[in-house]
Amino acid sequence: MTQFLMFLINGIAIGCGFALVGSGLVAVYRITGVVNFAQGMFAVVAALSATSFVAMGVWHGLAELMAISVGGLAGLITGVIAVGKRGTQPLTALLVTLAVGFLAYAVEVLIWGENPRSLAGLDGRAELMGVPVQRQYLLVIAVTVVVFVLLWLFFSRTYLGKALTACASNPYAARVVGIDVTRMAFIAFALGGVLGGIAGVLIAPLRPVSFDTDVSLIVGGFAAAIFGGLTRPMMALLGGVLLGITEVMIQAYGNASFATMGSLVFLLVIMIWQATRRPTVHKESV
Amino acid sequence: MSDPAKATVKTPASQPREHGVIEVSDLVVRYGAATALQGVSLSVGAGEMVALVGPNGAGKSTLVDTLSRVVRPASGHARVKGRLAHVPEGRQLFGELSVEDNLRIGAWGQRDRDPEPVYEVLPDLRDFARRKAAALSGGQQQMVAIGRALMARPDVIAVDELSLGLAPKVVSDLAAHLRTLNSERGMAVLLIEQNARLAFELCSRAYVLEAGRMVVSGSCEELARSNEVARAYLGGGTGDEL
Repeated sequence: MTQFLMFLINGIAIGCGFALVGSGLVAVYRITGVVNFAQGMFAVVAALSATSFVAMGVWHGLAELMAISVGGLAGLITGVIAVGKRGTQPLTALLVTLAVGFLAYAVEVLIWGENPRSLAGLDGRAELMGVPVQRQYLLVIAVTVVVFVLLWLFFSRTYLGKALTACASNPYAARVVGIDVTRMAFIAFALGGVLGGIAGVLIAPLRPVSFDTDVSLIVGGFAAAIFGGLTRPMMALLGGVLLGITEVMIQAYGNASFATMGSLVFLLVIMIWQATRRPTVHKESV
Repeated sequence: MSDPAKATVKTPASQPREHGVIEVSDLVVRYGAATALQGVSLSVGAGEMVALVGPNGAGKSTLVDTLSRVVRPASGHARVKGRLAHVPEGRQLFGELSVEDNLRIGAWGQRDRDPEPVYEVLPDLRDFARRKAAALSGGQQQMVAIGRALMARPDVIAVDELSLGLAPKVVSDLAAHLRTLNSERGMAVLLIEQNARLAFELCSRAYVLEAGRMVVSGSCEELARSNEVARAYLGGGTGDEL
């Protein structure tokens, strides 16, 4: 039983990483209608930046914050390229984000090389109800909870958050009242970059990160985001956690090499379920 | 009313006025290869109530979208002196947000976002301030749309299809609110309407737009007496009963 609980907590932590990537996808999709396939890249760029900052002697904590800022900057740049031109259709922007993601491979290999890099996290284990758990896993869970609470407060309590929701709800009306919808889309991409960056610096101590780690992150993040119809952050959190638990349980009690396949099956099942609930995945309230 | 050459009413009052709060001259708007507006001119003076009538697809909404800078003109000018607020066709509220949040978003770019002055003009809004905009009736939504526009503290308000899909009693109440805003606060009103009878009742002057061209303009009284206008927009008879 102790072992099962340990796997469960590990799964929740892994799932929180997926949920953070997924929440970035949700933030961008809600406001722009664009499925941002560069979302995994933000996590990778932030994780690799954090390893560089630490190697340069920057203190832990500060290095991670700086790396998250780099993730936000990567998000902003991607947004400017993808939706900066007025009238860009979401499908066109989606293809642009895919291209930006591939272009980023070249930049990442040029800066950090092809070999995976690791980042030191919190050492040691803590006991949670008698279950030994890595402190880094607890940190991932705690940060994710804080991030999602802040995200909820941002969208439901702040004027800017409500204006972003307004842009998502009715872009035409937002323009009518004078909101620069393109600028708001940039903010959404930057927010997506920050959320991806947080995922990256939290995941890097748990698994080595290289330029192509974004593929597994985007698969998991997309599965989490699609669980909430790409529009509901809290459902993305639930989807991410379920996916993380599924992956860890497959690794623990089945065959580790089937873990990724498990997440793909999870994604497929959710998409079929979503498709049977409604004709297409569409915008909904939080 | 399909032939501009047949326009019979063209009075000095219908000419674009100097120093209006809205001045549109030779405006051309295109959507790709399609021309939505072709050389349109119009003016609204301070404190005036002016109607823009015409059938579906005439370009009325495009004109007001150009004024509120949602659409860019290909050529010509669409100038607004002071602040213009736009009540778009179909209300276009932010359905996920509460009524009060819709109002506050209407004050985008301004420091003062207190909805209290709007509640004074439209007191009914206070009763459903906490409800989601999507959960309101059509008439309530139209009131929120007008309230949201008023949050911008405008000098002129452009109301696109006030009566669309609403019961006559509701339209009458909303029209009374517009009259009050105009008479007591001196707010200019540009009323974009398919319902010419309502438009002529409310406004002093009107323009008729067809297929992207301004075909006739004049005082509402004169337009209502015009056989062609009456046939096309007032259900046959002249508008003497107005």
